[in-house]
Amino acid sequence: MSIDILNVTKRFKTFTALDAVNLHIPGGQLVALLGPSGSGKTTLLRIIAGLDWPDSGEVRFDGQDALARSVRERNVGFVFQHYALFRHMNVFENVAFGLRVRKGADKLPEAAIREKVNQLLSLVQIDWLADRRPNQLSGGQRQRVALARALAISPRILLLDEPFGALDAKVRKELRRWLRNLHEELPVTSVLVTHDQEEALELADTVVVMGKGRIEQVGSPQEVYDAPATAFVHDFIGESLSLPARVSGGRLHVGAGETALDPQGVEDGPVRILARPHDVDFAEPDAAPVRGRVLAVRTFGPTRRADIVLGDGDIVEAAVPPGIHPAVGAQIGLVPRRYRVFPTA
Amino acid sequence: MITETLSLPVGRQRSVIPGFGITLGLTLTWLSVIVLLPLSALFIKTSEISLERFIAIVTSTRTLHALQVSFGLSLAAAVLNLIFGTIVVWALVRYDFPFRRVVDAIIDIPFALPTAVAGIALTSLYAENGWVGSLLAPLGIKVAFTQLGILVALIFIGLPFVVRTVQPVLADLDAELEEAAASLGASRWETIRRVVLPAILPALLTGFALAFARAVGEYGSVIFIAGNLPGQTEIAPLLIVIRLEEFRYADATAIACVMLLASFTLLLLINRLQRWSEMRGTGA
Repeated sequence: MSIDILNVTKRFKTFTALDAVNLHIPGGQLVALLGPSGSGKTTLLRIIAGLDWPDSGEVRFDGQDALARSVRERNVGFVFQHYALFRHMNVFENVAFGLRVRKGADKLPEAAIREKVNQLLSLVQIDWLADRRPNQLSGGQRQRVALARALAISPRILLLDEPFGALDAKVRKELRRWLRNLHEELPVTSVLVTHDQEEALELADTVVVMGKGRIEQVGSPQEVYDAPATAFVHDFIGESLSLPARVSGGRLHVGAGETALDPQGVEDGPVRILARPHDVDFAEPDAAPVRGRVLAVRTFGPTRRADIVLGDGDIVEAAVPPGIHPAVGAQIGLVPRRYRVFPTA
Repeated sequence: MITETLSLPVGRQRSVIPGFGITLGLTLTWLSVIVLLPLSALFIKTSEISLERFIAIVTSTRTLHALQVSFGLSLAAAVLNLIFGTIVVWALVRYDFPFRRVVDAIIDIPFALPTAVAGIALTSLYAENGWVGSLLAPLGIKVAFTQLGILVALIFIGLPFVVRTVQPVLADLDAELEEAAASLGASRWETIRRVVLPAILPALLTGFALAFARAVGEYGSVIFIAGNLPGQTEIAPLLIVIRLEEFRYADATAIACVMLLASFTLLLLINRLQRWSEMRGTGA
């Protein structure tokens, strides 16, 4: 089932959570909404689910208006960050909930409910916990229950709100891989909200980067990382080395001096040069477009990072290439190999 | 004392919450002085009379009727408070309306108001020439000086117990639970029945027990509105006072003993029910 978001705007008092957002989510994909907190990603997810309504705009499922239907009629599975399991029910009853509340012709006989719940419990690999209560489970197990419960209603769309946000790093990684496999097995259109870029890039077919209520970029994980559309995306995804600069007369100036760097067609005015730390080489100060003084060098495992203070007092962090041992206090030159130039907003 | 502590058997568990000995000691002392001592005096005084006399006192029609009025109306008042108190809590917690804080504060008035004042106020309102009573009289409903009047007084004093016990629990209930239920296809009613009520059930039972216990012991407000006709609108606490005024102390304590045992049994039952509601779903 495909989802279309057309011109959706949502305000909370004076705060604009979503500002005329347009998005097409093709059926069967796993899409990640990625952004910092306050970017509107959770609000968008809740609007798709029917837990919130937009002030204006449309939401369509397979071309049909979804806003006219309430959350219980939309047939979406929703997985909450803090699981939202029913504490007074055991795992089995939690998963069976969506089947038990069905009315009339949709109501399943008890035997069919048991079979379906047992199937789901083995799918999420917790069939041995059926009799436990949620407070007797670990975080990872609880999230598996929540997922099984959401899948029990055979949803047309699966929505996950920071599903691994409350788990520790190791469990998160394991569940991430498991969710990816599950999606291959059950290719239901899934939308995942996360602020964890690693999660989004590793898990999703398509990444939607959001900032301040707007969509900054939609693309494959590779595209979003390698060809960020805006300075915001460059900053938010991966690490960035940011050099304040300015374009005048079609030339890039850093500090006082003109450089040979390409302004990439950006018009005159203040700009930022953004590069991945590993895309910046170290050089002799006189030969490089950017110069600075080494403030500190830090080592984590195989990588080393240097804090470099530029002429005008800005501090940037650069990856130190192997074989080079910059001395603290020494003057050093930086040569961006690959970089993007964005006008300063 | 210290040597004794040191020589305790090795099996004793170390705890990060120390002070078990001293707090339990204080608890027991305090309970003994404040609660158990007066209660045992009650039983000692009662034991002055013979068993036949005791049975005769507590099975006399007047006593039985007073007990029936007290317990019957207290239970009825607690049930009504449970229902309407829950609705009040729902409105207070779930909706934002003008003067919500004022309404919230009004709930506590029955706690603070001297019960005699409440009794007199209710009586003058519900008497046949009172504001409410004069409206009900043409319909043939008499409130003041009937059992209905007692019920009104008992509802009045019991309401805050239900509201104040349930309110924090409902306020803490995660809204996500209801959203999850709705997303799974549950109707509003199914959500309330299967998700909200089970979560607040222990608090509801506590509120019910407190309202009931308070109503059984209520004296001040009831005697004004009841009319106090023996065999009709006489409550057990009043009968006890009457016996005291006649210097028939043993008679008074005998009735008190029965009330105490009956209340204790009922509260114990409610407590069991509450435990059950908390444990529900652990096993099967």
